[in-house]
Amino acid sequence: MVLTTVVWAQVPKGSVLIRNGTVLTITNGTLNNTDVLIIDGIIRGIGKELDAPSSIMEIDATGQYVMPGIIDAHSHIGIDAVNEGTNPITPEVNVGDVLNPTSVSIYRALAGGVTTSHAMHGSANAIGGECETIKHRWGTYDPEIIRMEDAPRTIKFALGENPMRVHGEGKKIKPRTRMGVEQVFRDAFSDAQEYMRDWEDYRNDQVGKAPPRYSGRLETLADILRGEIIVHCHSYRADEILMLMDVLKDFGVDKIVFQHVNEGFKVAPELAKFGAMASVFADWWAYKFEVYYSTAYNAAILTRNGVITSINSDSEELIRHLFHEAGKAQKYGGLSDDEALALITINPAIQLGVGDRIGSIEEGKEGDVAIFNHHPLSIYAVPQKTIIDGKLYFDVESDIDDIRVDVDPEEEIPAFEFFDQHDHDRCMQDVFETLFIKR
Amino acid sequence: MKSLNLLLGSLALLFVVSTSAAQHINKARQGSFALTNATIITVTQDTVTGHVVIEDGRITGVGDVNPPSGIEQMNCEGLFVYPGMIDAGSQLGLEEVGSISLTLDHNELGDLRPQMKALTAVNPNSTHIPVTRVNGITTALVVPSGGRLPGTASLINLVGYTPEQMYAGFDAIVLNFPRTGKTSSGDRRSDEEREKAEKKAMESLNEYWKSLTLYHQIDSLHRAGKGEEPAYNPALEAALGAFRGEQVVLIEVDRDKDIESALEWIKGKNIKVVLTGVSEGWRVADQIASAKIPVITGPVLSMPTRTSDRYDRAYANAGLMLKAGVQVALRTNDSENARNLPYHAGFAATYGMGPEAALRAVTIEPARIFGVADQLGSIEVNKVANLFVSDGDPFETKTQIKHLFISGSYVPLESRQTYLYDEFLDRDSGAKKD
Repeated sequence: MVLTTVVWAQVPKGSVLIRNGTVLTITNGTLNNTDVLIIDGIIRGIGKELDAPSSIMEIDATGQYVMPGIIDAHSHIGIDAVNEGTNPITPEVNVGDVLNPTSVSIYRALAGGVTTSHAMHGSANAIGGECETIKHRWGTYDPEIIRMEDAPRTIKFALGENPMRVHGEGKKIKPRTRMGVEQVFRDAFSDAQEYMRDWEDYRNDQVGKAPPRYSGRLETLADILRGEIIVHCHSYRADEILMLMDVLKDFGVDKIVFQHVNEGFKVAPELAKFGAMASVFADWWAYKFEVYYSTAYNAAILTRNGVITSINSDSEELIRHLFHEAGKAQKYGGLSDDEALALITINPAIQLGVGDRIGSIEEGKEGDVAIFNHHPLSIYAVPQKTIIDGKLYFDVESDIDDIRVDVDPEEEIPAFEFFDQHDHDRCMQDVFETLFIKR
Repeated sequence: MKSLNLLLGSLALLFVVSTSAAQHINKARQGSFALTNATIITVTQDTVTGHVVIEDGRITGVGDVNPPSGIEQMNCEGLFVYPGMIDAGSQLGLEEVGSISLTLDHNELGDLRPQMKALTAVNPNSTHIPVTRVNGITTALVVPSGGRLPGTASLINLVGYTPEQMYAGFDAIVLNFPRTGKTSSGDRRSDEEREKAEKKAMESLNEYWKSLTLYHQIDSLHRAGKGEEPAYNPALEAALGAFRGEQVVLIEVDRDKDIESALEWIKGKNIKVVLTGVSEGWRVADQIASAKIPVITGPVLSMPTRTSDRYDRAYANAGLMLKAGVQVALRTNDSENARNLPYHAGFAATYGMGPEAALRAVTIEPARIFGVADQLGSIEVNKVANLFVSDGDPFETKTQIKHLFISGSYVPLESRQTYLYDEFLDRDSGAKKD
């Protein structure tokens, strides 16, 4: 193991008293006419008519709804590259190396009440790169500021059509089938085990032979086997989901969140038994064959079967209205308000390994809050204020049109950008052009 | 023989029941129905409490009426009756699996091909159709795509076994107006290359229009008995109605400057135009309003068109155009998730349009734009019985649809997605293996 010393940048923290709102705590019910006090970035009080130092900023939330900052367990915003699509196995790369805090998408997510997102590697490779959990601390040029300090390491895996298309069809190398996908994992983990044994032998060896050759790729795989990294696996079909659980079981890996997992509902009891979690779309389907047999009731079925489930965006558009996406789990399957809101707060927090820090309004947790003018599951709800670590980053009342911090001086007006809502596969960014059918 | 029939009948019933979990949609049912004691959101008139009577596919009574005796009654106390929503632009029936080109029927080859008829390729059995209609969407414009003149769009009702049965009485040719400027931040063409391509696109369109003018003249002379029949030219013939102002031209255009160019281009032409897309309509709303051109815009749940634009511009676009005096209808421009039309409308409502206007934008306004307001778009006597019953505001995700009628048929609230729910919610744990 190479030891690295991480020095966290000075993250801005603030203090604020949010007065008299309807507080949707998520983990402790709904509290009417309640104050939330955040001091130096941490929630220090929840109650009626709290006392606070007079110097603290006060927000009057009378008639408004105060909920924990929304968390997106699958996005690709705030990064300058998505796919290292050159090999089926690339755990040596890290999305944390390409953070772009000036991406306007971060601000637009804030304007949708989203305070934290999981900036993920793409799905071109069976074993992709490490991902980064970011907080949407807008207004900085410093990538270190948006990194969520001390968040657990996560890595992207991918099953099915994307790795099959990129490597099997595109490059004529394994995997071209879902059989091949399984063997990519088995090969990689076996290599990592051997690598770990070689290092173990070397360290135990008294005679003093040359050390094994260092490999960034195998180091990361070894860390997965040691349980130090949470696997987030792009997946759709029931069979491939079962396959990966079998592989992980064989190699003793138990931290797994299936991403998209459109057919998770078919194997919900198996997911629950394994302790696997699921992060799904509210209703995306039919954009490719492996999502043709989907149902918008997926989140409800998974929830009812005891699988910890979140609703994610995978889209710079969708991330702006995750509160609305969560509402769809009420239409499709009748989840309660708390169950629906958990899909975008505490559940994704747990999936990112930060459930003890964010995802609910509790004393001692980080001061990430979104304030809405109506109940956030109503279509008429408009996010009013978004707060991270007690610091106000979005306020609908003082919001200005052009919020760019990184302006091209040669560009008079930014280019018109046509939004293609059919472009569902952000996971395939950077490899899309050459390998996907152009519409 | 009778008992054999009975036996076969019950076997058939068994078959229906046992296969329902295997993705089989039950039949829509024709008949006469009375929806009683409902709150009726007529859209064009006041909201009233009372009954809605449906006979022979039409609405025959609304409000304080006595339902004919003997017809099937559905107690709708505490429920709401709304006119079926109309998606004013979609690829429903023309697309099955997005990434598989052989399942896409909206994008024929060629640049100038108005003779391509969307209605021809509508698959009445597309899985997308039941998925859409169970959310209260009863009607959709199905629109071809790609090229300059991709074809003829048609309005369909979302029930039927043939395209003809589904046809709802409106066609229009589509013109994708030439785009200028960079198409995205990733557009790497030089300014020169780009301008050359833009100039060429405009010249090609104008060249086509010149040919069309000539074709119209030859055809008119022939009809007046003064000349020969024009040579077979389907690409021109299909646009004659549009050229003569008899058929609507849907002009797809988004960028502010392109909207201005389109408004300039149509001047002096005797054509009936509807602008579609129009994602930067808010920038030039006054010009659209003074040209008195109706607009179909959407998807509302979309990104701002420029990085310098306020985060909610796409949500607010429809409302801003409406405020400027533009007639606005909404569309999803989607297929598998055209079911989200009420939520696009809901976001438009929230961001400036207001709930009443947003409801009109997915009911009576598209009906008016399509010239079928005497048939569709509101709860009125003599209109086609396209309507749904819900337990609340259809824009809210909590709201459930309770009954659905399309062309007077009582349509089951079923789709493959509901069947998968029914089958897998409490899945049998399966064959025991250990």
